[in-house]
Amino acid sequence: MSLASESTDLAPALSGDLPYAEPSMAGVGDYLALMKPRVMSLVVFTALVGLMVAPGHFHPVLAFFALLCIAVGAGAAGALNMWYDADIDAVMSRTAARPVPAGRVQPGEALAFGMTLAVGSVVFLGLMVNWLAAGLLAFTIAFYAVIYTMWLKRWTPQNIVIGGAAGAFPPMIGFAAATGGIGLESILLFLIIFFWTPPHFWALGLLRADEYARAGVPMLPVVAGVAETRRQILIYSLVLAPVGMSPWLLGYAGLAYGIVAIVGGALMVALAWQLLRAPAGAAADPAAKRLFTYSILYLFVLFAVLLIEQVLGLRQFGAISIGVFS
Amino acid sequence: MSPPMTEPPTEPGIVLTEEQKRRRRARSLAIALSLGALVLLVYIVTVVKLGPGVLNRPL
Repeated sequence: MSLASESTDLAPALSGDLPYAEPSMAGVGDYLALMKPRVMSLVVFTALVGLMVAPGHFHPVLAFFALLCIAVGAGAAGALNMWYDADIDAVMSRTAARPVPAGRVQPGEALAFGMTLAVGSVVFLGLMVNWLAAGLLAFTIAFYAVIYTMWLKRWTPQNIVIGGAAGAFPPMIGFAAATGGIGLESILLFLIIFFWTPPHFWALGLLRADEYARAGVPMLPVVAGVAETRRQILIYSLVLAPVGMSPWLLGYAGLAYGIVAIVGGALMVALAWQLLRAPAGAAADPAAKRLFTYSILYLFVLFAVLLIEQVLGLRQFGAISIGVFS
Repeated sequence: MSPPMTEPPTEPGIVLTEEQKRRRRARSLAIALSLGALVLLVYIVTVVKLGPGVLNRPL
């Protein structure tokens, strides 16, 4: 870890200047912040959809427990990410106030907190639900904390493309918790989030390119430039639109979902096209901001419609389960 | 040979401020509540998993 090496911008507690461990000033809220509650809410929501679209009956208490374990596992990954990335977070305005760079939580505390939650969530999910779901959760935490945070993020502009898999796993974990297997439905949900991640994060990257450059993070706009990033956003949006429709095309979702996916996907492509054609410089910021905000809405509505259809029993062809590994 | 024991240090060491004590109390309470909730949850999930079988044992 490189926390102590670039200590000039860091809080005193991180710079290693103190000869002793200062008594912790961390409040309960700081530990909750370490778990990235906003990311966690999206993880819980997508995992819930994965769990609900699974065929068969899953006891509500077990479902609640599985979702709790997934939420805690996501929180653990967030805490480990904040522990390792404290040096980067300290130089970016969006993240400088996070508990570790702000000095309210010591790096060691964040690491211990993250590891405890990671091990606890995986073990309890395995013991109480099933070990396939627990294994997927463990892989997701390790993928996010080690492969993405420690390796890809500081090494390649493809960081969020490959790392995006970590965010795409929760519906698969939810499905595995409910069925003990991995169905085609859950793979489709994985693919939707996987192809959604690049246009979503690169839109943000365009808005924060200077900060990423200052922090030394090789985001695509920093390394390949604005024009190439806009082109890549359009390409991924063009792939995302049909992938978003696939649950309907393959008969796992109803007509309402199909309509929402067609209209939503077309809008996503239109906004990406608008961004591509936008003038250079700060004049393009509103287009990037629009795409970023819309992408969140797009994913949320897709999954919400899937959930509503399932609850109301509106799925076109019913629950067709093709268990790949079940 | 180790030096003979001297008098105990007169410095009080690290003394927590009131704010630090308050935050430590809040953290301890949060840990206690979380562990209590975990115990309760594990109990409930165990009963759910065993179902009626929880009563099915030789006396």
